[in-house]
Amino acid sequence: MKAYLESLRSFFVSLHLTVALLILSMLLVFVATIDQVNLGIWAVQEKYFRSAIVFWTFPDSGLALPIFPGGYVIGGLLLINLVCAHLYRFALTWRKLGIQLAHGGLILLLLGEFFTGLWQRESYLRMDQGETKSYSESFHAVEMVLVDTTEADSNRVVAIPEARLEEKKGLQHPALPFRLEIKTYYPNATLQMRNPTNPPATTTSAATTGAGLQLALIPIPITYKHNERNSPGALVELTGAEGSIGTWMVSLQLAEPQTFSYQGRTWQIMLRSKRTYHPFTLTLKKFSHDKYPGTEIPRNFSSLVQVKSKDGEDDREVLILMNNPLRYRGLTFYQAGFDNNDTTTILQVVRNPSWLLPYISCVLMFVGLMIQFGFSLAGMFRKRQRAATASATVSAPAR
Amino acid sequence: MKRHLPFLVVVLALAYLGSTLRESAPQKPFDLAAFGRVPVLVNGRIKPLDTVARTSILTMQGRQTVKTPDGQSLSPAAWLADVLFSPSVADHYRHFLIENREVLDLLGLTPEQGDKGKRFSYSQIRAKAPELDRQARLAEAVEAPLRTAFQRQVTAVRSRVVLYLQLTATLQPPDSKDFYRELLDLEKKLPATVAAFRGEKAGQTHDVELLKAARVEADRFAYMNQLGYLRTVPPDAKDADPTHWSTMGGTLSDSLLTGTLHRWAVDYASIGDAWRSRDAGRFNEITRRLHDELGVRYPMAMRKSDIEARFNGAEPFYSSAVLYVAAFLLGVASWLSVGDLARRSAVGLMSLAFVASTLGIATRMWLEGRPPVTNLYSSALFVGWAAVLLCLILERFHRNAVGTVAGGMIGLATLVIAHHLSVGGDTLEMMRAVLDSNFWLATHVVVITAGYSATYLAGFLAIIYVLRGVISKSLDRTTADSLMRMVYGVVCFATLFSLTGTVLGGIWADQSWGRFWGWDPKENGALIIVIWNAVLLHARLGGLVRERGFMAMAIFGNIVTSWSWFGTNMLGVGLHSYGFMDSAFFALIGFVLSQLLLIALALIPLHKWRSPMLVRG
Repeated sequence: MKAYLESLRSFFVSLHLTVALLILSMLLVFVATIDQVNLGIWAVQEKYFRSAIVFWTFPDSGLALPIFPGGYVIGGLLLINLVCAHLYRFALTWRKLGIQLAHGGLILLLLGEFFTGLWQRESYLRMDQGETKSYSESFHAVEMVLVDTTEADSNRVVAIPEARLEEKKGLQHPALPFRLEIKTYYPNATLQMRNPTNPPATTTSAATTGAGLQLALIPIPITYKHNERNSPGALVELTGAEGSIGTWMVSLQLAEPQTFSYQGRTWQIMLRSKRTYHPFTLTLKKFSHDKYPGTEIPRNFSSLVQVKSKDGEDDREVLILMNNPLRYRGLTFYQAGFDNNDTTTILQVVRNPSWLLPYISCVLMFVGLMIQFGFSLAGMFRKRQRAATASATVSAPAR
Repeated sequence: MKRHLPFLVVVLALAYLGSTLRESAPQKPFDLAAFGRVPVLVNGRIKPLDTVARTSILTMQGRQTVKTPDGQSLSPAAWLADVLFSPSVADHYRHFLIENREVLDLLGLTPEQGDKGKRFSYSQIRAKAPELDRQARLAEAVEAPLRTAFQRQVTAVRSRVVLYLQLTATLQPPDSKDFYRELLDLEKKLPATVAAFRGEKAGQTHDVELLKAARVEADRFAYMNQLGYLRTVPPDAKDADPTHWSTMGGTLSDSLLTGTLHRWAVDYASIGDAWRSRDAGRFNEITRRLHDELGVRYPMAMRKSDIEARFNGAEPFYSSAVLYVAAFLLGVASWLSVGDLARRSAVGLMSLAFVASTLGIATRMWLEGRPPVTNLYSSALFVGWAAVLLCLILERFHRNAVGTVAGGMIGLATLVIAHHLSVGGDTLEMMRAVLDSNFWLATHVVVITAGYSATYLAGFLAIIYVLRGVISKSLDRTTADSLMRMVYGVVCFATLFSLTGTVLGGIWADQSWGRFWGWDPKENGALIIVIWNAVLLHARLGGLVRERGFMAMAIFGNIVTSWSWFGTNMLGVGLHSYGFMDSAFFALIGFVLSQLLLIALALIPLHKWRSPMLVRG
């Protein structure tokens, strides 16, 4: 038993393991980079880095084979290896301080990336000039909302997340006076005019009211391209106490909500990007897009926004530009893009509570490596000097 | 006497460098140097016509020199003058690079008709130009990374032809035979024309024929304005914005409304007339006047423009490359027999080459107002520069010519790479908004590029170890030990710089778009370099490899670095793909294969090596 434990320990503290893991991580990063051409940057991260095992799927079949350790396994083992080796060989000497600092920084960096993977949330905020918004939207996730707009001064919103839509089941919510039946859900679908020569694919479940009377959902393959977004769509039947109210077609491509009345109240139904509401509002006052004269090369993008918090503490103007984001209440707003002939800005909104860790680890690693190589360099000089004095004494008698 | 040989060599090299800096005496009869200094606004900055000429020549034909059909060499400025003013002559210059057989077939050409089988003239292409355009349009519909070789080539050839046509339409309409006379005629008719325009507007009787002619002119000017590549006419003296330059076509269109011809338009037309009628006196007088007039108005921009023209003429990187070759050869010679005199000469030459490229890089930095590395081209310059600096330091300590040989190799290789990268166009280009941050360019980019230098240097030192060991008898134990120390030290340096640079890049990314690490190809490439250097250090520490294995791994570092530097840009995805290029793909594959071959050499059993080393590796 003891021998077994000892061999386990020497396995985890060994430099052989370090080298093997480093080489594996190199291969993983290399293959993942090549695969970005096919999968796009998001899918690659999920497949290679934010996974324990990388699977390879046989073309045209569901059969998936585990072929390589994923980022979590390699990173995790590397972390264990690092920590074990340092605990095992730890010695508080000046000579080792540099190496310990550098590796401590590395541990922090790996942890930081792990926490970032867990905690980081990214969304975007799209505003026309003059528009005010208190929420940001998800890049990928969607939600279906049912909004009771009867009262003039407040709306009641019921949001149904994408995962529930994918289940294609019946849904009941206490705030809704009707049942929902998700009849069809496509993760990516385009819209086409419904006309006699082009009947909708599934006539039985076709929409019976709203925009779906003119438009049909046509499923298309999921896209992985970094500059394209999947546009989900669904057919939803609402059923009240006295039977079906109607079947609506909802799609991310429909920019406006569809309105209907039920039991004297006005409702809206819509599929939209998942929203995150913030305790403050942003107003786009001006978007600027400068180009170098005589070229289309962008010189700068910037958004002048008014930040106004709901608690009344803040009400000020901020200029967000490239390389100069706004950090506000745990969120960071970056100038990410623009649209509509330079009248619409797109800000990327990031929440990452562990954003400071890489900064600390960077300092630790740099200082550590400087100390280490400083020692080596000093050692080299001493050796040279000794060699020089030795050769001087040897050659002296010859003169 | 023999002792002074290195000194003599250095003095000779210094004289050579000095000769490149000399201001060329006014040429006779045409002062083309002065013509090359006339500034224009193009791609966002004021630059001399000389730069326009050189970058256009490089873009169109992939090399610097142009020859007339009867074999005479042309200076870049003379070539540009012909293109701008005498297109009927320039149409017969074979300056379009077409290498792809399928593209040649498309144009109905055979390699035999071209200069060296691959350069052709516009007169040879003209008949099939519409078909070239159609094929290029078809190819452009395909996303750049997915294009076939034919599609890439056809779009490249089309853009070369378009650049030429843009230049020919810059200062005169392409169909014009004698534009100066035309302008003088127009000037006489202008008051009547403007009156006719007003009359038509007011519904009164007017000269219909005159208006008809003016409309034809207006169309030609609009065409020039649309196609013209250079903004040649500076804004009025009252206009403070130095970027409000306009094209010749735009200025002429305006004169049809205002009734007065812009003096600069007439002057340019007159220069053209003087060039065509071989009237050197008038040519020189007007070009100098245009230059001096702007010198008063934009002193700073004009100083930069003048220095840039001198810098172009001096070609400091070309002279450095020559000196690197000499340093390399002398270094190798010192191992074979010649001894320390050759080594000291080599050190002198390499130091001079280093000074020349330092001055070159410094001039570029001053012209741009930027840190040294701003694009792929300047990264090549900097990789070489930093590696040579390290080599000079190594040579200072080890004094065994290894530094001069490695430095000569890397210095030359990076300058050759830089030359091939400069074919893409002006290398002093404007920075895109994302990259417009001198702080991060000066820290992250410089540090990471120094990391590339060090990793390459370790690899090249290892190559010296392997080649000297396997094919020569010159690798003794002392040299092997000193090489091992060098490689190890340089790998440590490479680890420090690539790691720091990568993490700084993460911090820039966090500052700019909100994520420390995004698994972008260029980031991954940098990460792989860091990991590989870490593998080297840990493998040696853990005793997994000894001297020879360590050298083989250091050579593999060359492959890793090349992939990070160029391979990732060829993927065409991600935020960093601003440096996209494709023709270099095969060069990269070739380099990788050569390095694998060297690694295989390193793995040959020691007793087959020609150098009788005491077995340790």
